[in-house]
Amino acid sequence: MEEEKFAAIIVGAGPAGSTAAYMLAKAGLEVLLVEKGAAPGGKNMFGGRMYSHALNQVIPNFWEEAPLERAVARELITFLDGGRSLTLNCQDLSWTEPPYHSFTLLRAEFDAWLAGKAEEAGAMLACGIRVDDLLIKDGKVAGIIAGEDEMAADVVIAADGVNSLIAQKAGLRKKAPAPHQVGTGAKQVIKLSPEAVSRRFGLSGNNGAAQLFVGDCTKGMQGGGFLYTNKDSISLGLIVSAAELQKNKHRISDLLEEFKASPHIAPLIEGGEVVEYSAHLVPEAGLGMMPQLYSDGILVTGDAAGFVLNLGYVVRGMDFAIASGAAAARAVLSARAANDFSRQKLGLYQQFLKDSFVLRDLEAYRGAPHFLEIQRMFKAYPQFATGLVSKIFTVDGGEPEHLLGKALGQIKKSGIGWGQLAGDGWKGARLL
Amino acid sequence: MKRMSIEQLLGIDKFMVDDEEAHIVLNKEICAACAGKPCTFACPACLYTLKEDGELSFDYAGCLECGTCRIICPKEGAISWQYPRGGFGINFRYG
Repeated sequence: MEEEKFAAIIVGAGPAGSTAAYMLAKAGLEVLLVEKGAAPGGKNMFGGRMYSHALNQVIPNFWEEAPLERAVARELITFLDGGRSLTLNCQDLSWTEPPYHSFTLLRAEFDAWLAGKAEEAGAMLACGIRVDDLLIKDGKVAGIIAGEDEMAADVVIAADGVNSLIAQKAGLRKKAPAPHQVGTGAKQVIKLSPEAVSRRFGLSGNNGAAQLFVGDCTKGMQGGGFLYTNKDSISLGLIVSAAELQKNKHRISDLLEEFKASPHIAPLIEGGEVVEYSAHLVPEAGLGMMPQLYSDGILVTGDAAGFVLNLGYVVRGMDFAIASGAAAARAVLSARAANDFSRQKLGLYQQFLKDSFVLRDLEAYRGAPHFLEIQRMFKAYPQFATGLVSKIFTVDGGEPEHLLGKALGQIKKSGIGWGQLAGDGWKGARLL
Repeated sequence: MKRMSIEQLLGIDKFMVDDEEAHIVLNKEICAACAGKPCTFACPACLYTLKEDGELSFDYAGCLECGTCRIICPKEGAISWQYPRGGFGINFRYG
């Protein structure tokens, strides 16, 4: 039945899928956007912040209508070691003026809005449908299978997230990612009054803060903590490499409770009420876990393609998802103009990703995932940094010691070798 | 803030439990032969537990659908993993 064939079927109404659906529908194509959750965003969770630049390309001035929490004015990075902490705290108020550098947001509301934009543009949104398999015709992807239903399309865009079973079924990913390639994130949303959030983080009006933590909070395991301020809540969580969770007997839910009770966090959430506990995987291996991005009749976008960049001080996912959804839409439009949905033609997608920042940035920082696997980052260095600065501020009537002597003493005490320190410093400066 | 148990945390979340179909199914024989059973620690919802006789037990009802167990399971074929049927499972209200 040719008339029931869609120009494109998009699996997953997250940022990548909804962006692709929005652009294709706007170009006049018949698009089906399929979501397994009861509503878009119902299965989605992230740390808490989106960098604005990518969405602003697709929907200019999106902040005038999108459900956002706070424009981030303050960036904090904190090293933890027992009762000590050391924080780098940077405020830049130009980030809170158009075109707004980044926003904290909550996915249930935001993803529903973006999927709504696709619907408004003419896409058909079908929620509560799990795609079970791909429809294959003459060796090419020709649609989807959900339960008893088959739906045909010229092209399928897999935007089904980090566990992308669709990419696996299409043979674009041979097997599930390895434990060292993903992190497990666990998060609690804690309600507070808007005034309490602003006061506790030194924020004026509805400005926001984004804070990353490294050290004790993961017991030295590869990973870290995060905190994002929403309007009237805080998103607080931990991410730990799945390989570490596999071999260490720590429960991430316990670690998060301990983190909440620690003297560094407890005063910030005092009097708050937990309103949600969530968990999700984060792709962490960059290009090292990228599947084949396209084949006959199919493209892979967003988390499904492993498009996340973690530099330790900057974590990006949604901007990559949105830009990859946009690149997929452009590739589909070119393929449609030529009525050619072959692997050769859809290879344009990879070209568009290279032309945009997606593959350019992942390429530029391809050494970052490996660098962040160095165990010292999560224990020895936080101990060293907090110990040294605490010593600088300590006055106890003891022998005077100049800064150099203090630094040398701390390095010796930390057990970090000079070669390691020089090597890590050199690598970090080049790779991050 | 008072320390919360995993049961309390999951109790806050909104689930639409599919009574007819489990989305994660274990192969008990393979699991019995697994020495480490990392799933009993790695699952962020603590849904993999050991019964008194040492047998692995799993409760899919509180699953957050993260996929950690699928990734860290060292035994091929032990966990058959998919998302719940459309509309069922966890329903994040914040995310």
